[in-house]
Amino acid sequence: MSIWEYANPVRFMRMTDRLLPWVVGGAVLFSVTGVVWGFLTPDDFRQGSTVKIVFLHVPAAMMAINIWVMMLVASLVWIIRRHHVSALAAKAAAPIGAVMTLIALATGALWGQPMWGTWWEWDPRLTSFLILFLFYIGYIALWAAIEDPDSAADLTGVLCLVGSVFALLSRYAVLFWNQGLHQGASLSVQSGERMSHVYRYPLYTAMVGFGLLFLALLIIRTRTEIRRRRLAALQAREMRA
Amino acid sequence: MIDLGKYAFAVLASYGVSLALLAGLIWQTLVANARARRALEDHERGKKDG
Amino acid sequence: MLALLTRDLRLAVRAGGGFGLGVAFFLILSALVPFGVGPDRAALAPVAPGILWVGALLACLLSLDRIFALDHEDGSLDLLATAPMPLEGAVAIKALAHWITTGLPLVLAAPLFGVLLQLPPAAMPWLVLSLLIGTPALSMLGAFGAALTVGLRRGGLLLSLLVLPLYIPTLIFGAEITRRGAEGAAIVTPLVFQAGITLAVLALIPFAAAAALRVNLR
Repeated sequence: MSIWEYANPVRFMRMTDRLLPWVVGGAVLFSVTGVVWGFLTPDDFRQGSTVKIVFLHVPAAMMAINIWVMMLVASLVWIIRRHHVSALAAKAAAPIGAVMTLIALATGALWGQPMWGTWWEWDPRLTSFLILFLFYIGYIALWAAIEDPDSAADLTGVLCLVGSVFALLSRYAVLFWNQGLHQGASLSVQSGERMSHVYRYPLYTAMVGFGLLFLALLIIRTRTEIRRRRLAALQAREMRA
Repeated sequence: MIDLGKYAFAVLASYGVSLALLAGLIWQTLVANARARRALEDHERGKKDG
Repeated sequence: MLALLTRDLRLAVRAGGGFGLGVAFFLILSALVPFGVGPDRAALAPVAPGILWVGALLACLLSLDRIFALDHEDGSLDLLATAPMPLEGAVAIKALAHWITTGLPLVLAAPLFGVLLQLPPAAMPWLVLSLLIGTPALSMLGAFGAALTVGLRRGGLLLSLLVLPLYIPTLIFGAEITRRGAEGAAIVTPLVFQAGITLAVLALIPFAAAAALRVNLR
């Protein structure tokens, strides 16, 4: 039994039928716990109550990047092994990633206003996320524009590959262009200025919650796409008959 | 009710915007899923009847 | 290959728009900016490198959809795909033709518009050099975008949405070279990065563009 068994749409539907309640339950449990817990944490001595924003900002930002990576892997699987579920999963993931990017940008702006005195700063991290958002939009728009589903999967797959390279390239080009205000990684293990455990545990919970939330949404959206594809295929067959 | 101090707007707006965006995404996902399922079921039932 | 190049160039010249339109657009843009920013030399000079580079980018964008669209309509693209020459080569040649008709005139005209925008004279050679290095990448990436959208009825707008984010690294380094040139600072680092990006794009993007074309011709 290999993982490729699940590339079969029927098997995928059957497996996710059983899996989905657990994923949804876990997503609700962890994200509600993480976000509520985060909201109830005490104020930080420097940042005041704005530290509560971190429990939305960091998980969303993390997912925004991870979802793009997942789309890249799914696109590669589609291009190399031609599994339809893979292509549909990449398509299903894109809007979730775009929303996550938007959340990261919006909470970042709301946080930056009191902390840095500005809604927006052309800081490398902020700029990279804006660029990532543009890539998500381009990807979604290309899916929407092409009628033939297999061609759309191929072309968006190629776009995803090239886009990944350029998103990474832009990330470093932007670093060259402007050194920023944004702090470095919030969760690095070595750094001396590590987050207090008061904030760390709810943050981990929220991150797990956002991950599971993405998984739940991804499964539902992929199932939607599979059903749509099946319906289109049935209708096409009847037209021919 | 907990006291958010002078940053109340930033915190509440962040939670508001994020939860609204997530709610919108979840709602859209569920509606699209229900619609696709109904369309497929209708189609398959129609085939059996006819 | 040479035949394809001369054919594309001849078509571009006959159609009229090829050489002139991009430069004319560039001219209008350079003339509009002072109306928006104000005629003050102190206000114009710092933004001139960026404006010139963004202008070159947009002027290049204008003619992108014509790289493959006409050939797709009259079927010569299918002939190219079945020709003994690899499609990757044909894509590269078409990008080269686009660069000669659009990129090269922009490079040559840029100093003129630099004068209009009060670009410091010290930056002129660097502006020309950075454009010379950067614009081939713009044409090649544009060919990739055009290959993705060739079959679409309203591909133009989508094309710009897809291609412009890909232009960001080239734009950053190009404008940086020119800005540093104006200040007399060291320009080697961005210059090397710029050249590296262009070479990588020229080497790899033809494969992606040809793959996209094959899908669209299926």
